[in-house]
Amino acid sequence: MTFPITGDTALGLSIIFGIAFGWLLQRGKVTDYNVIVNQFRMTDFTVIKVMMTAIIVGGLGVLFLVDHGMATYHIKDANMLGVIIGSVIFGIGMVLYGYCPGTALAAIGTGSIHALVGSIGMLAGGIFYALTFDGFKDGLLKVWALGKVRLPDITGIADPVWFGGMAVLAVILFMMIERHENRTKA
Amino acid sequence: MSLPFCTAHTRPYRVGIGIGVLSWLVFAIVAQPLGITTALSEVSGGITTLFTGPDFVKANSYWSKTVPAIDYGTLFLIGTLLGGFMAAVLNREFKIELAPTVWSQHFGPSLIKRYGAALLGGFLTMYGARLAGGCTSGNGISGGLQLAISGWTFLVVMFGSGLATAFILFKRG
Repeated sequence: MTFPITGDTALGLSIIFGIAFGWLLQRGKVTDYNVIVNQFRMTDFTVIKVMMTAIIVGGLGVLFLVDHGMATYHIKDANMLGVIIGSVIFGIGMVLYGYCPGTALAAIGTGSIHALVGSIGMLAGGIFYALTFDGFKDGLLKVWALGKVRLPDITGIADPVWFGGMAVLAVILFMMIERHENRTKA
Repeated sequence: MSLPFCTAHTRPYRVGIGIGVLSWLVFAIVAQPLGITTALSEVSGGITTLFTGPDFVKANSYWSKTVPAIDYGTLFLIGTLLGGFMAAVLNREFKIELAPTVWSQHFGPSLIKRYGAALLGGFLTMYGARLAGGCTSGNGISGGLQLAISGWTFLVVMFGSGLATAFILFKRG
């Protein structure tokens, strides 16, 4: 068998990978509006625990795969003005909705009616983006466009150093959070 | 589960490890990063086709590059919804939730208010995600784990914007 798998087999696998993703989101409680919104209110730290762990574990494995020719990177363009404005809008939307697009889909599966209602807003947002795309594809998205760059490219600091540093910071952060949670629970 | 590591306490970390391992698999097996909103904009294009016919969508400069189709990305969306459903049902946590408790505590029982906020919030997350080039999955987790500049910019700015929004929205207590 040769990788990557393409064609109909990949389509079947995509549903299985999707199910695994939705399953993990539900088990991690991030399909719960309250958990996500309380992260932004700094009273629940589930989201940051899940995300930081996923980034470090995922990143180390993908680094290994890429180094051994078993995977390639899929880097998005760093159109910095677009990324910054988009991220600001996204943050406002995520707190109003209480979900990001992935957790919203999984939450619909868990029975959240307001996630379902908000998904109509997401689809409308997708339509509105396509209709307004001409307005900034040659303007805003070209401002401070760095291309498909990675942190090691612009800093000269090697990948393992980044992950080592991130892992140390994450462990310290997680220990602080756990101590804080134990104190507030008691 | 009786292993000492497998407590409710460690669950967010175990789920994070699971998502990390899942990203190894999708990178290696199907050469795709985890992501949601590129495929969601394909669905938006598909819905638009129902109203305008296919020529309008084909002529659109965005959908001509992100072609609406039943493909890897859109099937992943269906899987994500199914996965949430299966996990909820099999763990007896499936529950019809009209409005969440933290929302109702702050803004009252009005469903119109909650659904208005969900619609507007959904609209903004999708629009923002497309402008930024991805959402929490595609930009945040997939971009973050590849040490992409776009991913880390997204994570930092989105989290700051969300903190500020939550502070303003929920400051009444």
